[in-house]
Parts: sequence; structure tokens; C-alpha cells
Amino acid sequence: MARLALIGGVYSNYLALEQALLDARRRSVDAIYCLGDLGAFGPHPDRVFPLLWDYQVLCIQGNYDDSIARGLDNCQCGYTDPRDNYFAQISYDYTLSRTSPQFRQWMGRLPKQLRLECEGWRVLLCHGSPRRVNEFLWESTTSTAFLEWLAETYSTDLIAVTHTGIKWKRRLKGDRWFVNVGVVGRPENDGQPHVWYTLLDLEPKRADIRFIPITYDFRRLAAEMQQEKLPEEFVETIVTGWWTTCLEILPQKERRRGKW
Amino acid sequence: MNDSPSPAPLLELDHLDHLWIQVAGTLCNYQCYHCFISCHPKNHNLEMLSFDDVTSVIQQALELGVKEIYFTGGEPFLHRRMVDILEYTLQYAPATVLTNASVLREEWLERLAEAERRSVYSLEFRVSLDGFTEQENDAIRGPGTFQRTMDGIEKLVRWGFLPIISAVRTWPVEKDPQVISGFLGLLRERGYRRPRLKLLPTLRLGAERDRSGDYRPDERITSGMLADYPLDQLVCRSARAVTSRGVCVCPILVEMAEAYLGKTLHEALGPARLGHGACWTCYQFGAICSNAGRSEGQVSNRFPETRGWHDWR
Repeated sequence: MARLALIGGVYSNYLALEQALLDARRRSVDAIYCLGDLGAFGPHPDRVFPLLWDYQVLCIQGNYDDSIARGLDNCQCGYTDPRDNYFAQISYDYTLSRTSPQFRQWMGRLPKQLRLECEGWRVLLCHGSPRRVNEFLWESTTSTAFLEWLAETYSTDLIAVTHTGIKWKRRLKGDRWFVNVGVVGRPENDGQPHVWYTLLDLEPKRADIRFIPITYDFRRLAAEMQQEKLPEEFVETIVTGWWTTCLEILPQKERRRGKW
Repeated sequence: MNDSPSPAPLLELDHLDHLWIQVAGTLCNYQCYHCFISCHPKNHNLEMLSFDDVTSVIQQALELGVKEIYFTGGEPFLHRRMVDILEYTLQYAPATVLTNASVLREEWLERLAEAERRSVYSLEFRVSLDGFTEQENDAIRGPGTFQRTMDGIEKLVRWGFLPIISAVRTWPVEKDPQVISGFLGLLRERGYRRPRLKLLPTLRLGAERDRSGDYRPDERITSGMLADYPLDQLVCRSARAVTSRGVCVCPILVEMAEAYLGKTLHEALGPARLGHGACWTCYQFGAICSNAGRSEGQVSNRFPETRGWHDWR
């Protein structure tokens, strides 16, 4: 059996990342992967990288990392609402100005996707979707037919993505799987301050996908965000577990589960 | 269709993400002056589709890996089997229905709320409202329509739906902040605590063309304009629309014979010609038909300021 830890967007939440990595190590994982979006939202983006390196995390590049590496003027997150974009821009400007050249260069060299052959499984790790780095794949607006088309088109048995901030999984026909691994960067709009990563146990013809909650010192993160003068709206999300921004991109079912 | 000097560019379908079904044809209980399809209560230009036609095309689309299904008209809820159709769809795919919300019955909403609860997928309602006062809306959509649509929105909210209110920008873009806060204020006042809003550009087609004139010949997409342009902003890159006449490149051009690519979905997977003035509007504003469409600004202006209306609670 192979055991993989799949970590989604970090969003500069180095405190949660550290707890997720410790948890993965305790569970004796064979490898740890991060699916991109290392910066954004949280404080001190440079604190993420030493952790990734210490734990030998294999990273792919998210849209945010591509933007930061190239010094673009926005995060390419794909929001469509002006209020969502307003807050995304604050976060992006902060992160870009505080990410050191060394890390930016490293991010620029990350692969866009990774393909693994493991216990007879063809696994495809990507950020948004196999076809587009910033595609939002939400549980309530992604048909199974579409996921099966993706799996077929990209010749894979298991697709893992992040980007939306909310975890979910679905079994596809022919014993294939799709999983959105969630994010460790911020809570997932459920009123709980903990965050999530995904544990993937692979055996020949058997995949076990488990979502692992991670508690961490969110009050410390909130205090640091305040010291860095990041928006109170972001701090509120960290403390309460309810999203206050990026709301307009949510489909109805995901929006309804939240508070705002 | 093409008055421009150079031939209009062709755009390949990337993948059928969105299937549009013109389920109610051109029949509508409203007769809005800005309607881009000239729908009205007696317009049989496009007919309603039968339940069997709809389920058959949905199955074909699922085989192609469709991601979401959209229903439009006319007014979809004039279709006698609209609730059956949505219940059917939600077994297979996310569904969105574009409606004026004026004919919704409580028993239908009860069934739809239950169907959505059972499904993993969202059932999105997109409700057209074109002013945040009776005076403004009714001048466009007809007498009494404001009150009827607001009643419909309140019903939807009571049943737990979070309808996307869509308004055609019939005002100058500079007035967006006042208009948006007007809409949000109205909706909150009526009990819709977290209103969702989508602004749409006018399309000079159908009734709106009669009102404001046709596109100029130079208001067209040229090949050069497609370089460095995010093609997935164009509806025909990822969608097709099914009507009683066949399969059209998009849900906007359904009254244009030249915009039809075939009788069946499989015949209509070839490239679309971006030859109409409406294609130019789609190019300018981007994603005008999808739910996650931008509510402000143009593609070239990706990060417009919020101009102070992010005070959202």
C-alpha cells in the first residue's frame, strides 16, 4: 500500500501547514504533495517555504504561484465579482511585495501538474482542473459525466485538485475517482476554524480517500494578520470559519451552507 | 450575417461544458422592450420542446461529458412539464433556469426544493429584474411585472433558494454603484439577506434592435482581436443551444438561421463563426451567459475598483 498526503492551497497559513505536515508524518505517509497556491490571504508568505523544503513536499504550481513568480499584476484566481476581486487584490499586492526573490524563482520552476503511477493507479495531480489551472470545480456544479470525460481525456484513474477551498470527492464509473483535496489555508465556510488536508491510501484496485481535519493556533495567525494590517474580513474568516470574501463565485449549495 | 470586410473568424468548440435548452421556445408571458429574442405571449417562432426531446438531448450531452444544463425561453415555467424536466435533470447534472419568476407556484417550488435537496447538484434560478423600482422595471418589462417578479423572488427565498437576480444594464455604466446598491437594498428589504446579482449588457437583437438600432458593420470580431484574448470568455467556445429548430451556436443567436450548426447535438460540434454584432458584445463583456459571469466591467478591465460598495452586510 502507498499512503500519500495531498495538501491544497496554503495561502500563507504556515501554522496550519506545519500541523498538517506533522500529522502526515505521524501517519507515516510515503510522500507529501502540495497542489499549489502557496501564498495569499495570510501573513508572512516566506514562512511557508522552509516547511515545504524540510518535509520534502513535492509542489505543483497554482495560479497564485505563477502570478507571484512572474510578478503579474493580479492573482489569476478567476473571480468575476468586483468585491471578490477587491479583496483578492489586497491579498495579492501584500503577498507579492513580501515574497523573496529566491522563493519566487523556485515557484516559477514548479511543474503545472504531476502524474504518478502508484499501486496500479494512474494519478493526476493538478491545481484547478486538468485542463485549466484556475478552473473552479465545485461539488454542486460539476456533473459526474464531466468528471468522467476528464478522466478519459486525460487518461487517468484518479484526479486530485484544489483551488476552490472546499473539499469533496466522487466515485466515477470504472473505479475511477475525483477528489478536491480542500485547503489548509483557511477554513471551509462551515463555521469551524479548523482546516483540511487529504490522505490517500492506494492499493491495487482500491483507493481510500480520507479528509483529515487540522486544528492549529488560529488565534496566533489572526493576531499576525492584524499586525500585518490585512483586512479584518480575512481575520474574521480565520477566527469564525465563515467566509466573508470570495462569496460570489460560490454556487448556490455551497453558498447556502455558509453564513454570508 | 457578416457585413465586415474580412471573413469572420471561426471558433472551435473546446468542450461542451454548458448545454442550453430553449425549453419554452419564444413564448413568454412578458414582452420586454429589450428582449434580444423578441419573445412575447404569441410568438411561436420557436416552439416549446417536449419532455422527451429534452431528456433525449440531455442524455446525448451527458455522453459528451456536459458539465451543466441551462434552461431558457421564453419563460420556462410556461412549459407544463418544467418541474418534471428539472427533477429529471438534477439526477444527472447541475441545472440553471432563467425565469421571470412570475408564474411560480408554491407546489412547484416545494417539489424543486426537495429535488435539489436529494441531488448533489445545485438548482440555480436566474431571475430577470430590470430596475430596483417599480417605475424603472415596469417601463422596460411591462406594467405590473415588478410586483409579480418580486413576489416570485420572495417565494424562492422562502423555499431556501438563493436566486441570481440578473439585470440588463439599461443605464450608463457610471451609474453602476448607485444601481447596484439600489438592487441590493431592495432585495434585502424584501427578506433576501444575501442577494446575488448579475449585470448583463444589452444585445442589439430582437426587440432591443428595434428600439436602439442594429450593430454597425464595424462592430464585429476580427481574427486579430482573438490574439491574446481569453477565448473561454466566449459562450460558443464551451456551449451549444438546443431549440425546436435544431442546435445553435449559443443561446443568444437562436433566431438567426445562419447560427444553426445542425439538427442534432453531434452535428453541431463543429466551429462557430463569430460573425454577428452580438458576438462582439460577448467578446467585450465576456461570460455573459454563465452564472459566474462578471457583474461589472469588461474583459479588458479585469479588476475594476469596487467604488465603495463592498460594504456588504
